[in-house]
Amino acid sequence: MNDISHDDGVAALLTTPVDAETLARLRRRLAGDAEHADLLDVAYTTVESPVGRLLLAATSKGLVRVAYASEDHDRVLERLGEQLSVRILRAPQRLDDVVREIEEYFAGRRRVFDVRLDLSLSHGFRRLVQTHLPEIGYGQTRSYREMAELVGNPKAVRAVGTACATNPLPVVVPCHRVLRTDGTLGGYIGGLDAKTALLALEAA
Amino acid sequence: MKQPFEQVVTQHGATVLRVCRVVLGPHDAEDAWSETFLAALRAYPDLPETANLEAWLVTIAHRKAIDVVRAAKRNPLPVEAMPETPTNMGVPGSGDPDLWPAVSGLPNKQRQAIAYHYVAGLSYAEIAEILGGSVDAARRAAADGLTNLRKHYPAARTKGAAS
Repeated sequence: MNDISHDDGVAALLTTPVDAETLARLRRRLAGDAEHADLLDVAYTTVESPVGRLLLAATSKGLVRVAYASEDHDRVLERLGEQLSVRILRAPQRLDDVVREIEEYFAGRRRVFDVRLDLSLSHGFRRLVQTHLPEIGYGQTRSYREMAELVGNPKAVRAVGTACATNPLPVVVPCHRVLRTDGTLGGYIGGLDAKTALLALEAA
Repeated sequence: MKQPFEQVVTQHGATVLRVCRVVLGPHDAEDAWSETFLAALRAYPDLPETANLEAWLVTIAHRKAIDVVRAAKRNPLPVEAMPETPTNMGVPGSGDPDLWPAVSGLPNKQRQAIAYHYVAGLSYAEIAEILGGSVDAARRAAADGLTNLRKHYPAARTKGAAS
């Protein structure tokens, strides 16, 4: 069945050019309309940083996901579609404050993030640990064991490691400040280079 | 797995705009596009994963185009004086300005049928569902639309005949 092929000439004529600027303008308008109509369940944007391009995603409650390029941003967005909602649009406006704070952080001009967070991607013990991570101050580090003690479960060292490794909000929720008891780095979702870079930034 | 809506806009945004242009002309096309994607965003979570996205979007665009025309009739823009030269519906960057008067002169069904078939690439069965009526009627509307377009728009005659 192929009744498209004849009259290609007419198809080509009617297939008028759509310039990138027009589409970009329409998409910005859609993002605004969607926000206004309360249909923008997840807004996202990307920001360049010394640790590579970061994906930032926010619900109406707050920042819900920060992802490193190594996590594959398309894949992360697909997962957010499964976990939260498929009503996802690139809509930088909702993330203006987050972008500004991240840029200030990497410029060495910000030590504490004060954007609203949405921790709905984590549950139970992991969420508890992630809630306490911001208590480790800028330039400080803790061991996995100390974090376990801090959350009142000193035996759960391994579970603290998992909580840090599955932190949906790296950089902003500072899981990079948790190290092994012997002072070596341990793992990091953005790779060890990124962890080293963040610790060096904060030590400067 | 259902893709994030942003991907839907990326993949189908340009085609839906072209369809809206053929159905409404380039001026109203952008309003129809915006209404279409906002309505699609609202309904997207409930759309079955197996649905044909293009046909679904064109179906929404079809209804939104009708709304845009109705709204324009209800709320005609006040003009103090008629423009001295007739508009040719030209919008910079939207193709040959001579095309639009020829397209807008077609009867509604013919214009819709050629837009959904030649621009969106829908089958006549899909078009029949959108327009109502039989598959043959949809096929006839597209064929008649093409004949009429060739009559009133010389470029379609030459380009169409070449294929």
